[in-house]
Amino acid sequence: MAVKLLYFAWVREQTGIGEERVEIPPGVETVADLIGWLKTRGPEFDAAFASGEVVRAAVDQTHVGHDQAIAEAREIAFFPPVTGG
Amino acid sequence: MIRVQAEDFDVGAELERLTAGRTDLGAIVTFTGTVRDRADGREITEMTLEHYPGMTEAELERIEAEARERWPLAASLVVHRYGRLEPGDRIVLVITASAHRHAAFEAAEFLMDYLKTSAPFWKREVSGEGARWVEARSSDEAAARRWRDRGKAAK
Repeated sequence: MAVKLLYFAWVREQTGIGEERVEIPPGVETVADLIGWLKTRGPEFDAAFASGEVVRAAVDQTHVGHDQAIAEAREIAFFPPVTGG
Repeated sequence: MIRVQAEDFDVGAELERLTAGRTDLGAIVTFTGTVRDRADGREITEMTLEHYPGMTEAELERIEAEARERWPLAASLVVHRYGRLEPGDRIVLVITASAHRHAAFEAAEFLMDYLKTSAPFWKREVSGEGARWVEARSSDEAAARRWRDRGKAAK
């Protein structure tokens, strides 16, 4: 399953990329699973998700919890708590 | 109506456009958020607002729809800027109009409280000590929660 991943703010700075397409490996079923897998892809990903519970996620542009299933997802974004306004 | 843009906005012109020809309005509230020159004792020289194009618009529309469900608003507008800003620059505009003032005041506050905790914007401040990402405040989360609890109590 190919999915577009997006990273924003300090998550983007730490991973070193803003956007990529990845093939989700079998067994990765939730946002938390995906974070766990991303952390194995290199030290920059490990650092970006070091305090993984702080990083927020959106699936197809809707805020979700880390227990959200991602089987139907087309676009998954990771970012810090928002600070607009 | 919602808008996300890099350009500045003119509060008077936005107010005029939103309310032109309307004779049913008894109360109009405008809120403008601007860039402060100090944060946690540091002098801020500039700020960059990053956002998530697509989701930002979707979230603002969702928040505005919720405000219009909760209060009898006759008109509403949210404008939020992104990109590089300096102290004194306008960041965000909220206008709410209703027949009576309570709905307009409350809806404007609700829109700001919800926007601050759910619209995907991130502020990066630059001071003499370098650049840093602004951290989310627990007081903003508490302000948004207050409306959620109230929504539940009303139902």
